[in-house]
Amino acid sequence: MPAKTGAGLKPEFVYEASMAKIFAITIVLIAIGSAIPIVLHTWYLPQDISTHGPLIDEQFSETMAEAGISFLAAQIILAAFIWIYSKPAAGTKIKTFPGGAMGLVIAAFLLVGTEVLALGAFGAKAWASVYFTPPAANALTIQSQAGQFAFYFRYPGPDGKFGQIHPELVNEGSQNFFGLDLDHDPAAKDDIVTAEMAVPVNREVHLLMHSKDLGHSFFVRELRIQQDFVPGLDVSVHFTANKTGKYEIVCTQLCGLGHYNMKAYLEVMSEADYETWLKQQATMQ
Amino acid sequence: MHDISTHPVAHHAPPETFIRKYIFSLDHKVIGKQYYGLALVAVFIGMGLSWLMRLHLGWTNMSIPGLELLSKNGAPGGIMTPEYYLQLMTMHGTIMVFFVLTTAPFAAFGNFFLPIQVGAEDMPFPRFNMMSFWVTFVAFLVLMASFFAGDGPSLAGWTQYAPLSAVGAVAGPGQGLGEVLWASSIAIFCIGQLLGSLNFITTTLDMRTRGMSMMRLPLSAWAWFITSVMGLTAFAVLMPACILLILDHVAGTSFFVPGGLVLNDQLQPHSGGSTLLWQHLFWFFGHPEVYIAIIPGMGIVSHVLIANMRRPMLSHRVLIYSMAALGVLSYMVYGHHMFVSGMNPLSSLAFSFPTLIITIPSTIVVLIWIGSLYGSKLRINTASLFALGFISMFVSGGVSGFFLAQPSIDIILHATYFVVGHFHLVMAVAAIFGIFAGTYFWFPKMFGRMMNETLGKIHFWFSFVGAYCIFMPFHYLGIAGNVRRYQAFVDDFMQPLIPVHKFITVAALVTGAAQLIFLYNLIHSRWWGEPAPLNPWEATSLEWSTPTSPPPFDNFGGKHPVVYHDPYQYGVESSTGDYVMQDSPEKVQSALPEEA
Repeated sequence: MPAKTGAGLKPEFVYEASMAKIFAITIVLIAIGSAIPIVLHTWYLPQDISTHGPLIDEQFSETMAEAGISFLAAQIILAAFIWIYSKPAAGTKIKTFPGGAMGLVIAAFLLVGTEVLALGAFGAKAWASVYFTPPAANALTIQSQAGQFAFYFRYPGPDGKFGQIHPELVNEGSQNFFGLDLDHDPAAKDDIVTAEMAVPVNREVHLLMHSKDLGHSFFVRELRIQQDFVPGLDVSVHFTANKTGKYEIVCTQLCGLGHYNMKAYLEVMSEADYETWLKQQATMQ
Repeated sequence: MHDISTHPVAHHAPPETFIRKYIFSLDHKVIGKQYYGLALVAVFIGMGLSWLMRLHLGWTNMSIPGLELLSKNGAPGGIMTPEYYLQLMTMHGTIMVFFVLTTAPFAAFGNFFLPIQVGAEDMPFPRFNMMSFWVTFVAFLVLMASFFAGDGPSLAGWTQYAPLSAVGAVAGPGQGLGEVLWASSIAIFCIGQLLGSLNFITTTLDMRTRGMSMMRLPLSAWAWFITSVMGLTAFAVLMPACILLILDHVAGTSFFVPGGLVLNDQLQPHSGGSTLLWQHLFWFFGHPEVYIAIIPGMGIVSHVLIANMRRPMLSHRVLIYSMAALGVLSYMVYGHHMFVSGMNPLSSLAFSFPTLIITIPSTIVVLIWIGSLYGSKLRINTASLFALGFISMFVSGGVSGFFLAQPSIDIILHATYFVVGHFHLVMAVAAIFGIFAGTYFWFPKMFGRMMNETLGKIHFWFSFVGAYCIFMPFHYLGIAGNVRRYQAFVDDFMQPLIPVHKFITVAALVTGAAQLIFLYNLIHSRWWGEPAPLNPWEATSLEWSTPTSPPPFDNFGGKHPVVYHDPYQYGVESSTGDYVMQDSPEKVQSALPEEA
């Protein structure tokens, strides 16, 4: 039932300055508290093992500084105004912010405009370092194939050529993951197929990416590389790893029920270890 | 000046039967309440799903009592299977984005208040309006049906990337019938939104009362108008995309599936489609969609804040132009979802610049809000607390956009919890704070009773602190490289992050439980709340000029209001106090210098 309403009922207002003050303090505490783990690097970017990574990390740090300052400044000024203006003395008149709306618009254009243009320009450089330079002629070519829910890798073998992929020949049971025609395709015969990816340290790798079934992604946090596998469209990335070690390759594109468990390892080895590893893998084909 | 004699008025007689009054109502106010009710049901289902997901993420393989009742196969013994996690996650996202964030701030409040704020009797096409709600309701039922059909709902996430979404049951549980139900539900939803948008646009352009120029519209009305223009263009793209997706399932087409795909050692009978085509179509809708969710919130929050600051914003026009700029730019930035998708890397740079530039109108809006607080007479109540909380959340979620706008940084943050933290704060929590601000502010007008302020404030404090406890740590997880859409973290790398996940889960349970206070307050106040004065907040816009609360079926009791002022004449000296109603002929000297 609608209640009886009407002009007879008068609203009453009490300025709740104390709650405003608690609110202002809470905003400041949350803002500072949020910044502490960032400043202390409690949870932070994993170590970088790539030659292009430092540009990305530098870009990240600069963005963090600019975003962090904007965040803290906005929250603290918001809190300060809530604190100050929630208890006006009787008879106070409304005041206008010095400079008015136009001042703020100009400030936004100048400050944020230069900030984002600078970020955009420098960020484009970091992006170009990954995508706009062709791989070196002597880069090591490896192919990665993603499928529900595993990665496989293929090295071209002594002939330096990959055998052709025949989707109709793909058969997990007989371990023909790439659909190679071993009987008729000479290039396929010496291809080395592995479940783990090994690369020599300090040598550029040109990774050809092929999807067997659905969308997947190749993400190695330490390598600062993330790239989707596009079904029906082979794409490639290139990188140079400069620290030996074992790192996780994870899938970051939702691909079905086993998505969370779709991973492989990237091992960055010395050139000599890599050669030994490759020979050993060749004998296991 | 608007001439009332040429006014296309949608006259309809007062409803008499129960069905016309409460079910198939043509009254925009009833339809607005129906949308609100639907969003309320949807938000609690969506929140329940997030609880289940959070429990599973914090304590993998824990048995959740009663979960096996929802799905025997999905949760045998109450333990969620990996696929069921993804299915619940997909439903959480879909329900929240479509049936809460689009429905409540835009369709619910917009339906109720847009016609009143422009001084109209109703919308120009009441039957379309009724259809828009009932079509949306059917869409909701179709989506819910997927819980119980076949092997459950789709597991492909709310973004439904092809070919996972397009190849059918072979891709996994829920990708057969569940997927067709998902795509059908969203296609139907689009029809509802298109009908609604049409009504909103024509209401704003054609139904304004005498004296109500476009610049005299309140900011909330402007926000709904801008949103409806976006809705008309964005949903018009999503609907055909969903239809093509359905055809890939039922008609043997290959719009989104290329040739040569092998699943379960079987070569798929598809060829010639493009997986990136789906991403382009989806995000051409999807990015405007996040502004469809947030712009009404901006309008509502501005409207609520102005009444509680007792002053207009520093500039009415600048806020309107900024919201419109956000709307236009939102179509040019969608590619930032696809930086690592395999799209041409040059396109990534091309999409990066408008994405960075869109921060300028966003910053202007925030600066105008904060700058307007300066020198104001701020009244603290639940509505204004939520409105101020909205600003804080919008800033926190907004600054992480700086990172994601840059392709080079997106390489390390894409598909991590950083993105989850970003969009939850900036569009989900902020938009929901906008809904709360609107609810506490307009409830007296919608139901004629006040909501309980004490309960409201308790609700606010839990929500404000809780939302930060949930979503701020998501950013840290993402920076550390924690990938999203994983049902468990089997990787050695993510193991050390489990305590953070546990903390988030506890925060989510507490914050979610506090929403029951809101539900109680809403229901209790609806029937037993204090009777509300006609204009409890001493506000100026036309919704506070109606003769009763809730307003009569024709809003102004057989009259058309005449508008004499800009919408926000606060801080003046008038016979009523420090404000003048928009339809009061009283001449006053504005307390503020004319805006630039």
